[in-house]
Amino acid sequence: MRSTNGQAWARPFRPRLTARASFALAPLLRPNAAYRAVAARLERAPRALRLFTALERRGKEALFGCAMCGQCALPVTGYACPMTCPKELRNGPCGGVAPNGDCEVHPGVTCVWVTALERAEEAGHADDLMRLQRPVDHRLTGSSSWVSYWLGRDEHLWSAPVDLGMPRMFP
Amino acid sequence: MSLRGALEAGRFAVTAEIGPPRGADRDAVGRAAAHLRGWVDAVNVTDNPGAHVQLGSLAGCLLAAEAGLEPVMQLTCRDRNRIALQSDLISAATLGIPNVLLLTGDHPVFGDHPEAKPVFDLDGVQLVGVARTLRDEGRLLSGREITPRPDYLIGAVENPFAPPVRFRAARLGKKVAAGAEFCQTQFVFDVGGFAAWMRQVVDLGLTQRCAVLAGVGPVRSLRAHEFLRTKVPGVHVPESVGRRLRGVPDERVAAEGLALCAETIAEIREIPGVAGVHVMAFGYERGIPAILEAAGLARRIHAR
Repeated sequence: MRSTNGQAWARPFRPRLTARASFALAPLLRPNAAYRAVAARLERAPRALRLFTALERRGKEALFGCAMCGQCALPVTGYACPMTCPKELRNGPCGGVAPNGDCEVHPGVTCVWVTALERAEEAGHADDLMRLQRPVDHRLTGSSSWVSYWLGRDEHLWSAPVDLGMPRMFP
Repeated sequence: MSLRGALEAGRFAVTAEIGPPRGADRDAVGRAAAHLRGWVDAVNVTDNPGAHVQLGSLAGCLLAAEAGLEPVMQLTCRDRNRIALQSDLISAATLGIPNVLLLTGDHPVFGDHPEAKPVFDLDGVQLVGVARTLRDEGRLLSGREITPRPDYLIGAVENPFAPPVRFRAARLGKKVAAGAEFCQTQFVFDVGGFAAWMRQVVDLGLTQRCAVLAGVGPVRSLRAHEFLRTKVPGVHVPESVGRRLRGVPDERVAAEGLALCAETIAEIREIPGVAGVHVMAFGYERGIPAILEAAGLARRIHAR
C-alpha cells in the first residue's frame, strides 16, 4: 500500500551554506534605518518590489530551498527551512521520522528537522528550537520576508524559548 | 471514574483505542466498547488513522459515550484547516466530549487516497495552543471571543523513539508549554529506550504538568509484526520482539504476543513518572481485558 510517489510534496532541503556561515552573515540583514527606508520605498514601488522579491527568492532558493512563505523562520531553525518539510511543520519533527533520520514521505532524504537540530547545535543555537512558532499566515506566500522583517512585521512569529515553569496540573 | 479523575487522583490510568468502522455501521463502536466497559478510564476514537477513511471521530465518540465509555476525540491537522479544527473543537465540547487528543497526523501519501491534498495548516503544537486558548481565554485564533468556553482535557502525542531522539522530550515540553495536560506515546516495545526518554521527561519537570501514558499493543501474528515494523511510520520494533514471536510454534504466536504486551505493561508500571498506559489493539478490543488482567491491572469500578 505504501506509495513512494511523494515527489509532488515539499522535499527536505539540506542548506548549501553552513550553519556557522549562516549565523555569521545574519547581522548583515538586521533591520536598521537604511533598510527600513528601503523597505518602505519598495512597498510604494510595485515593480521594484517584484524585482527585489525575485532576487530574494533566487538567493534563498539556491541556499536554503526557500519556498517563499513570506515569514522566514530560518534564523531560529539552524537555517534549515521548515517549509521544505512535506507537512510544513514549524515546531519540530513529526513522529514519523525513520530510524535512520529519513523523512517519512521521502525515503533517502534526511528529515529537515534532523538537519535543523544538528545545525542549530553546531552553531550553539539549539535553544531556538524551543520557541513556539505561530501558525503561518498564508496571505504572505510569495512575498518578501526581508521587507516584512525590516518593517518589524515579523516580531510576532515565534515566542521566547518556552519556559516550563508553569503551574501543576496533576500531583 | 473519568480520565481526568484518574489522573488527578494519581491512579494508574488505562485508556484504549477504538478504530471506527469503514462503513455506516451504527453498532460497531458499541460492540468494541462493550468489551472495554469497566476496564478503561477512557477510549480514544481515532481520526481516519493512517489517512484511511473511516467513520469520523466525533460520531464515534458519541457512540462510545452511548455505550457507557468516556471518549477521547482524536483530531489531526492532516485534513482540516484552522477554521475546521476550531469548529470541531467547539463541536466536541458542545456535545460533551471531555477529552481531546491533538495530533499532526500521518501524511496522506500513506493512506487510501494518496492523491489527496495534505492540509497541515496548523501543526500538532499549534493545535494544542489553539485548543488551550479557546478553553482558557475563550478566544479563537482570530482573537474573536467565544462563550461559553469549552471544557475539555487537552492531550497530545509523542514518539520517544523517532529521530532526533535527543529532541523528543523537549518536543513534548513544547506541547506542554502550549497546553497539553496528558500525552499518549507511540507504541513502546523498547522498554529501556522508553525509560531513558521518561527520565528526561521527568527531569524537565513535565510529568508535574502533563500525565504520560505509554502506548502499548499486542502483536498477534508474524504478519502484524512485519507490518508494524516496516509499514507504519515511526514505530520502532526492536529485534527481540521478532525473535520472541518466531521462537514459538505458529499456533502460539498470538498468545506469545499477548503475553509480551502484558509483560511490557507490567515493566512500564515500574518506570518512575508514568501515569498510565494506552492500549492500541488494532480491532482486537475483546482481548484487552485479558491483557490488562495479566499485567496486574484490576477491573476499574464502574463509572457510569
